[in-house]
Amino acid sequence: MKTLRLGQLASIALVGSIALAGCGSDNNAGTGATAGSGSSGSAAAADCFDGTLNAEGSSAQKNAFEEAAASYTAACSGATVNYNPTGSGAGIKQMLAGQVDFAGSDSALKTEEKDGVVESDAAAQVCGSPAWNLPMVTGPIAIAYNVGGVDSLTLTPTVAADIFNGKITTWNDPKIAAVNSGVTLPATAIKVFFRSDESGTTENFTKYLAAASDGGWTAEPGKKWTGKGEGKEKSSGVAEGVKSTDGGITYVEWSYAKDNDLGVAKIDNGGGAVELTGETVGKAVEAAQPDGEGNDLRLKLDYATKEAGAYPILLVTYEIVCSKNKDAEKGKNIKSFLKHFASADVQKSLEDIGYAPLPASVQSKVETAIEALS
Amino acid sequence: MSTSITGRSAVDELPGPDGRSPLAGDRAGTGRLGDRLFGGAATASGLLVIALVTLVGVFLVAQAIPALQANQANFLTSREWATAGTSPRFGIVDLLWATVVTSVIAMAIAVPLGVAIALFITQYAPTWLSRPAAATIDLLAAVPSIVFGFWGLTIAGQYFEPVAGVIDAALGWIPFFAESEGGPSAKSTLAFAGVILAIMVLPIVTAISREVFAQVPTAHKEGALALGATQWEMIRTAVLPFGKPGVISAAMLGLGRALGETLAVTILLSALNDGAPFSSSIFNGGATFASKIALGIQEANTATSTGALIAAGLVLFVLTFVVNAIARVVIERRKAFSE
Repeated sequence: MKTLRLGQLASIALVGSIALAGCGSDNNAGTGATAGSGSSGSAAAADCFDGTLNAEGSSAQKNAFEEAAASYTAACSGATVNYNPTGSGAGIKQMLAGQVDFAGSDSALKTEEKDGVVESDAAAQVCGSPAWNLPMVTGPIAIAYNVGGVDSLTLTPTVAADIFNGKITTWNDPKIAAVNSGVTLPATAIKVFFRSDESGTTENFTKYLAAASDGGWTAEPGKKWTGKGEGKEKSSGVAEGVKSTDGGITYVEWSYAKDNDLGVAKIDNGGGAVELTGETVGKAVEAAQPDGEGNDLRLKLDYATKEAGAYPILLVTYEIVCSKNKDAEKGKNIKSFLKHFASADVQKSLEDIGYAPLPASVQSKVETAIEALS
Repeated sequence: MSTSITGRSAVDELPGPDGRSPLAGDRAGTGRLGDRLFGGAATASGLLVIALVTLVGVFLVAQAIPALQANQANFLTSREWATAGTSPRFGIVDLLWATVVTSVIAMAIAVPLGVAIALFITQYAPTWLSRPAAATIDLLAAVPSIVFGFWGLTIAGQYFEPVAGVIDAALGWIPFFAESEGGPSAKSTLAFAGVILAIMVLPIVTAISREVFAQVPTAHKEGALALGATQWEMIRTAVLPFGKPGVISAAMLGLGRALGETLAVTILLSALNDGAPFSSSIFNGGATFASKIALGIQEANTATSTGALIAAGLVLFVLTFVVNAIARVVIERRKAFSE
């Protein structure tokens, strides 16, 4: 009996370990991306602080924030910087409630009333000073596809809108062929995947379609998908869906398209096909119009930009901070960390994990604004 | 006092001299501290459970009412789900459909299979095999549901494609089994979600059925065999009738899990886009109550959008309640025949 028990135990352990081994190999973006820490650390080390900073908000900038926080704390061992990626709305709410030191959001504080609250006024009241939106992380959204035999695909906003609207249903549709001369397109059916959870990525992508497609996309942009297709949970879900489906297409953060080896469509807004790279995204951010006053650097992205070499589908996440913190010590700490986050080295290191660095002109404005924080 | 093999005897059922059931005891206590402590702790635990369930119900109702009042569509019959803005429109009909279909598929697979496994373990398998087999089934219950979901999505799902094709070819003339052109891949359908749910429910059904079948009085079994019954006839006439209430309660417990299962279903099921025509096919996507709540809760930042999800949760709560109530009734009625 005893040997039997042992045998059972061993077999259970064996089954267990096999099962565990099977689940362990999920792909992660951990590409040894702490490269920038050494050089940038020395700059930040000058004004290290001892203590804890808490921020909360958009999950779109989570990886970038953690990357910056890791290199900051590597240089300043006494500091702890936490980021809780609960979503933009939740982050702003927490900041207004005074629960966190600053918020991360994929849209600037709203200046018009919604549900009885004007966010920017409410924030100013909590801060006792105007709250500033500082663009910090730019995340390009890729139109990712998986079509056998197609390595290069160009889409115009109207064609993209028709695809995501369900008006174009096969890959060899004349409308797609018209903007892809020289590419052999198969007759595969198009399978659109969308985010079934509510997401800032969906909001920004539909904003792009609505702005650039010349009336091809009529639904109101929002966090909830209004086009056609098949819904999957989160970025990982849609990326997996496209990866496992011939003829699949979706909109997803660049890093997911890269990690899953999906094709990324070039976008032609009218100024020629633009490939998605850190540089082309930077150009689009540069072309964005400042929408705030002074150091409030909210940007108005021009999704329909026809500028050559500018990749137009992106989202910018802001750090939302009090311009004058009631607690001067806290203000100094925030200033120190954001200075590090906005530094050219850290921004450059973000490209490895699927973000685009802030272009130099915007970055210098952000640095000026951070200098003015207190 | 004589007791039968089943643990109950006629003596137990008859009232004692002072008119109360002999099993109820006289509630006498010595008045010692230990007595009072234990009695108090047991009573408190009992009350706590009742209070918890009541409070959950009250919470759900209180949170749901404002959203339901703002709702511009019929909550019970609308297929829309648009909770943003000032005139929200949402209804649960699609959620109810997906929840019921996946659970029914899960039960249709898990109950016969679970009963068969339990019969094998208790009646057919030699002792050296029955113990490890039972342990293995129990092990299934310890696997977190997200692992099943992930496994279904990345590994098992691809093998369901041909199965779905066969079902469609054989039974496709019934709309319920028809694969639709351009529909989601087989692993993202209600049918496959039901299969995965079946695997998750299987250990519950099996474990409880096994316990009941093992308690069939030897006298019943030997009686059947002595009358010339074969092994199968003995099972049919002695084991199954005795175990019926147990199997039913096992099925209901499993159904409770299937109805409320969240993570695996959320990962697997493809959501439908707005305005997709209603399809009665099991080879279609959708969202169950639980998966809808899981998908929506993170970005639900207005009272209405949260309230709408909570209202959906309330329906699931009521649904589970009803299922359990039906199970109780069925078990009570069956009991009369089996003893």
